[in-house]
Amino acid sequence: MDGSWFLAKKQRTLRLRARILQELRNFFIARGYLEIETPCLIPAPAPEFHIDTMICQGWFLHPSPELCMKRLLAAGYDKIFQICRCFRHHERGARHLPEFTMLEWYRRDADYRDLMEECEDLILHLAAELDRGNAICCQGQVIRLQKPWERITVHAAFEKYASLSVEEALDGDCFDEVLTARIEPNLGKEEPTFLYDYPLALGSLARAKKENAAVVERFELYMAGMELANAFTELTDAEEQRHRFAKEEDKRRRAGKPPYPAPEPFLKSLESLGDSAGIALGLDRLVMIFADALHIDDVVAFPPETL
Amino acid sequence: MYAASDLRKNLRIKMDNEPYIVTEFNFVKPGKGQALYRCKLKNMISGAQFERTFRSVDVFEPADLQEKKMQYLYEQDGKYCFMDNESYEQILLTADQVGDVRNYLIENIEAEVLLFEDRPLGVTIANFMDLVVTKADPWARGDSVSGNTKPVTVETGYVLQVPPFIEEGEKIRVDTRTGEYLTRVKD
Repeated sequence: MDGSWFLAKKQRTLRLRARILQELRNFFIARGYLEIETPCLIPAPAPEFHIDTMICQGWFLHPSPELCMKRLLAAGYDKIFQICRCFRHHERGARHLPEFTMLEWYRRDADYRDLMEECEDLILHLAAELDRGNAICCQGQVIRLQKPWERITVHAAFEKYASLSVEEALDGDCFDEVLTARIEPNLGKEEPTFLYDYPLALGSLARAKKENAAVVERFELYMAGMELANAFTELTDAEEQRHRFAKEEDKRRRAGKPPYPAPEPFLKSLESLGDSAGIALGLDRLVMIFADALHIDDVVAFPPETL
Repeated sequence: MYAASDLRKNLRIKMDNEPYIVTEFNFVKPGKGQALYRCKLKNMISGAQFERTFRSVDVFEPADLQEKKMQYLYEQDGKYCFMDNESYEQILLTADQVGDVRNYLIENIEAEVLLFEDRPLGVTIANFMDLVVTKADPWARGDSVSGNTKPVTVETGYVLQVPPFIEEGEKIRVDTRTGEYLTRVKD
């Protein structure tokens, strides 16, 4: 027992993790979602400039199951979810593991506002099943869960917390720095927060707003200052998607990153993808919230350095 | 050269011709955004600390420091005396320069003293040290739940959390990089 003490110490958290997984499945199955599995190893990931993939046998370990899931959605599977491992090169920190667990779900005939409500219901379901009632204690703070939760646009959050406009931040090339240092720590403290409506450049698979083409229908869910989930109203215009991918791929190549082939079957499937919305939620971070853990290593049995 | 993704706690880099050590390191990455490396840096000569956020395109020169094998002799009035294994010269380090390592210093152990132009900056010792427990509450027999801990004091005065079955007089192995208990040692 002595040598495995560090694993034994995690028992309570790993049991909680297993319960959360079980309750997630219960929630989605009760709502008519179909659990599906898609391959981890894919020939062509979505070209996103800031996500580096791991190469394996000339293919790529998927950084997210997004493309395959949308192909299923386009083929008429109208409510689907998946819990799977995703891989992102170089991502390692208190909230990042290069191999982590993602929960993704997709719906036809829905937009990002519907997903905000579904997030509220999902977290409330977990809290109830885990006997937490309508509040979670996290890092010495009580996060109230009564819906509706706070919704704030990226634009308003920059003005409120950073006294800076989004345009100024983008022009000054400091959007990410300002977001992480001055805005994120304030989000989801007393209740979860939806940060929504991102600049077009920051949502390469999201649909632009009808009334403002400079903004995409994307949101991030925050709890206790931590980003938990990212959602879009899906971009279903194949031509526009092809154009945006080409732009990202061009940026990637100019930065000396390995080229990706275009994900043709995905692009083709967009032609039959009607209005829909999808979301990716970091399961490890969700467990961190419920376990009140400060470090992602605390909620998995084996961080890579321990192998 | 180091890339930003090489940054980690205790890495030593050179900026403006002065050696710096990363004292705190945080990888942050907003969704769909770029990787940011938020560091607390300490000037290894002046001790001045500041925070700096780097991007993945940033590169760094390693700090050109010298490491000398020395033996730890004794502590007196908050100064720690080390002897050079080759020249037998003795030098004194301050508590600040010794840092957390003082939690594991027992007489005559091997250490590597870090020098920048002959000025001592810091000291490192083996990753694992075996230390005798000098104070521990007795093991309450009913307490067999795995994962429980209790505090004990070791011979250097350092207090750490260990499993409840560890008793006074036993030797335990401590990871000097994290300060955490690893295992019980039987002589």
